[in-house]
Amino acid sequence: MSAILIIEQVLNGLQFGVMLFLMAAGLTLIFGVMGLINLAHGSLYMVGAFAAAAVAGATGSFLLGLVAALAAAALAGTLIEVVVIRRLYAAPHLDQVLATFALILVFSEGTRWIFGSFPLFLEIPDALSGPVTLPGGIEYPLYRLTLIGIGLAIAVGLWALIERTRIGIQIRAGENDREMIAALGVDISRLYTLIFALGAALAGLAGALVGAIQSVQVGMGEPVLILAFVVIVIGGIGSIRGAFIGALLVGLTDTLGGVFLPEVFKLFMEPGAAQKSGAAIASMGIYILMGCVLVWRPTGLFGARP
Amino acid sequence: MRIAEHWINGAVLIGIAALPLWALFIDEPFTITLVTRAVILALAAVGLNIVLGFGGLVSFGHAVFFGLGGYAMGILAYHAQTYTVLDLGFFTTEGTKSMPIIWLVAMGISAIAAFFIGLLCLRTSGVYFIMITLAFGQMFYYFAISWAQYGGEDGLSIYVRNGFPGLNTLVPIQFFGICFALLCLVLILKARLQRAPFGLALNALRQSEARVATMGLNPMRIKLLAFVLSGAITGLAGALFADLNRFVSPAMFSWQFSGELIVLIIIGGVGRLMGPVIGACVFVALEHFLGGLTDFWHVYLGLILLGIVLFGRGGLLGLLTGKEGAHV
Amino acid sequence: MKKLLLAAAAASICAAPAVAEVKVGMITTLSGGGAGLGIDVRDGFMLAIAQSGRDDIDVVIEDDQRKPDIAVQLSDKMIQSERVDVLTGIIWSNLAMAVVPAAVNQDVFYLSPNAGPSPLAGKGCNKNYFNVAWQNDNLHEAAGAYANTAGYTNSFILAPNYPAGTDALTGYKRFFEGDLAGEIYTKLGQTDYAAEIAQIRASGADSVFFFLPGGMGISFLKQYADSGIDLPVVGPAFSFDQGILQAVGGAALGVVNTSQWNKDIDNPTNAAFVESFQAEYGRLPSLYASQGFDTANLLLSALESASPSDADAFREALRAADFDSTRGDFAFGPNHHPIQTIYAREVIQEGDVFTNKIIGTALENHSDAYAADCKM
Repeated sequence: MSAILIIEQVLNGLQFGVMLFLMAAGLTLIFGVMGLINLAHGSLYMVGAFAAAAVAGATGSFLLGLVAALAAAALAGTLIEVVVIRRLYAAPHLDQVLATFALILVFSEGTRWIFGSFPLFLEIPDALSGPVTLPGGIEYPLYRLTLIGIGLAIAVGLWALIERTRIGIQIRAGENDREMIAALGVDISRLYTLIFALGAALAGLAGALVGAIQSVQVGMGEPVLILAFVVIVIGGIGSIRGAFIGALLVGLTDTLGGVFLPEVFKLFMEPGAAQKSGAAIASMGIYILMGCVLVWRPTGLFGARP
Repeated sequence: MRIAEHWINGAVLIGIAALPLWALFIDEPFTITLVTRAVILALAAVGLNIVLGFGGLVSFGHAVFFGLGGYAMGILAYHAQTYTVLDLGFFTTEGTKSMPIIWLVAMGISAIAAFFIGLLCLRTSGVYFIMITLAFGQMFYYFAISWAQYGGEDGLSIYVRNGFPGLNTLVPIQFFGICFALLCLVLILKARLQRAPFGLALNALRQSEARVATMGLNPMRIKLLAFVLSGAITGLAGALFADLNRFVSPAMFSWQFSGELIVLIIIGGVGRLMGPVIGACVFVALEHFLGGLTDFWHVYLGLILLGIVLFGRGGLLGLLTGKEGAHV
Repeated sequence: MKKLLLAAAAASICAAPAVAEVKVGMITTLSGGGAGLGIDVRDGFMLAIAQSGRDDIDVVIEDDQRKPDIAVQLSDKMIQSERVDVLTGIIWSNLAMAVVPAAVNQDVFYLSPNAGPSPLAGKGCNKNYFNVAWQNDNLHEAAGAYANTAGYTNSFILAPNYPAGTDALTGYKRFFEGDLAGEIYTKLGQTDYAAEIAQIRASGADSVFFFLPGGMGISFLKQYADSGIDLPVVGPAFSFDQGILQAVGGAALGVVNTSQWNKDIDNPTNAAFVESFQAEYGRLPSLYASQGFDTANLLLSALESASPSDADAFREALRAADFDSTRGDFAFGPNHHPIQTIYAREVIQEGDVFTNKIIGTALENHSDAYAADCKM
């Protein structure tokens, strides 16, 4: 296995990680500030991808598709926050799980109702298609590099938003003491809607960006949702920094595990069996990672200590 | 509308027993199968309700035990049906088609798994507990998918339902009888347990762990015991479910199934003896009747569930008795 | 209330129709991610029933949600409650394995419009089980055979890590005579193939064979096309089917895939099928639609000469396969699986629509590798 291949796989893991971060950031913000478990976050990812595919298909512009994805997901997020979620902030976690589980059903089948049962088409814009040659002779798809760039930019943007702006101060205060900031005259219900819409928009953006290189279909959100949960649990729920580190860890573990575990197994097994067992263990890899982290630190890497 | 809970409980059990008899009378065997399904799901949810409703531990990974129970049945019956030897290294067997043995194995394996999973998971609490149990569910799911020896994703088909001494289990009403009797047995056990010191301690733990600890009890030990008990019951349900379908597959380990179990409990009423039973009956009925109405029945199911959460705190039992259930 | 229901039940028994109706149960996937395939099978099947003009055939259709336990429950319902004579419709191998063995043991006929798991073709074959589509390995074997004729000598092969994936790679290797540059099992439901594509790039292969059904294939093809690797790709028809080609778009152009059917197979039945399907549903028929259509026509042809109540005669009538298939010649082998020609097709663009064109024959009158194990 050459150094070039290893570097390429690390880039792949990074790209996967930053996309997971977009999902996980919203999820962890919503949990951190409102204390809400939102299983329907994956549905917002799907809404973004479908909106992007529909608009890009109609107008031929990928950029308009992205704008539509952001808008549609933020709108859907606002809608479910105002209609459903708002009533559940004080409810036990269990009710939140059930309500957002119900929302998944409604969104998935609703989307199928509107767009039909077949996957939609969404294409990488021409300007970003094809590979580029990196220093060292690595050929790597330009679009994936762009995804890494966008993900990192958003991570920096979120950091700035939370650490450097007035809204950020309110968000951080909200994580610590809801009653207090309400008493200080902050419109808490507007703040909640805003955070929910922001999280939704990030999920929608991730859906649209990833939709261009994957299949835009009903149910695409759930596998990502589970991964995003793994990410925020590893990172510590409520911590954006934790979500970022967790996302990269999960992205790298999943990608590199799938590549290198079968190779490791080949050292002491015959190739066919090694390939299969390696792949089997690799598919459990991130859950094993999560189990280990939680056993070591029961509230995640950067979670608040109880 | 205010009805005493024990009247409702009695009426539900009588209803569950009467419906298959009526179906037998008008020769509609499928209705019996449907009620049997509800009874088995109820049993699984009753198991989950021990940790979730009484202990306040939201396990999002109970499909692990359901699946283990199912695979215990599948593997034993598979070896018996193909006349092959199951070699565990220290122990070899030709499998079995006898239900009581399968149940014991299913409960034993689920209990052992619950012990080790509990040992790790119970260190955490709240959302972290939800997520780490989910992670264990996913591990078992992916393992089962790649376990080619026992069918991988295709699962295992068992051609003939396993036997119970003195009964013909292939006759729907007799198999229903077995499942119903087990459900009643577990419900009685659980009702007694709730009033026993262990049940009281578990209930107290949900409300304040610190107080229980100052009483000189070991919270970890109580929670672990509850978790093991809960896993064993859900494992038993898994074995029965596999026998109902004469089939096991990794789908029994899926996180959606863990979610469905939680849904059953919430529909019926959290932390109530009969909550899961009522929830299972309603869920199976919804699935059956809505599915016949439209291709897009999930939308309606979702809306109904939303309605229950938003307007029916305490589940159906809460609505009927006018009392909210336990807070988790 | 109870009295009323009993009366109604009694009435319904008395009111049984005088004409002997044939009852067909269709269990297929109509909701969730895999619904497109089930809908195609159903539409193809119902089109043939409608065209036959027979009104004594009652088709009960139910959605299995792609869940094995739901499928088993539905088959119990169909057999115990609806009392169907014939079952059909299942798309996925794991669901077929859950339903078919129990159903055929209860003396119900099962006609498979899609799944063909190997146990049901070999040791587990049954006199009441007929497969109208293919044995699971068939299209992969054809892909291996095509790779030989195309002159490939070093293939990189990949499939998901589940039984059908293992079967696929086994099928390909059974016929492919060259070397393997690499063999990878991916995660089921995987959506990102960057790591695998990097391995392909580094492997020095001269061709790529993959079996990634549904959304997995769409993702792989899009990412493969964008990676700049220009090795030729071969695969079974499942990832290049009419339903999903539009979602893959230009990334699939020029890819060779193997199939027992295509819309340009030249026979009157097929031409009429393609035209009437388009007229009825407003879209091009897919492979699955053709299989649903053929399944219904096989059933209709058997009903011409026998009734399911006479199981032996009906079985013989099915075995004769005396119907005009959309794929031309069609016959059953000794294990009730098709003996048929499998073609190599290429993905092309017709106007705005992506579709397939036959470019050659991959395997002539091909049977399957398990027929010898079948003791019927």
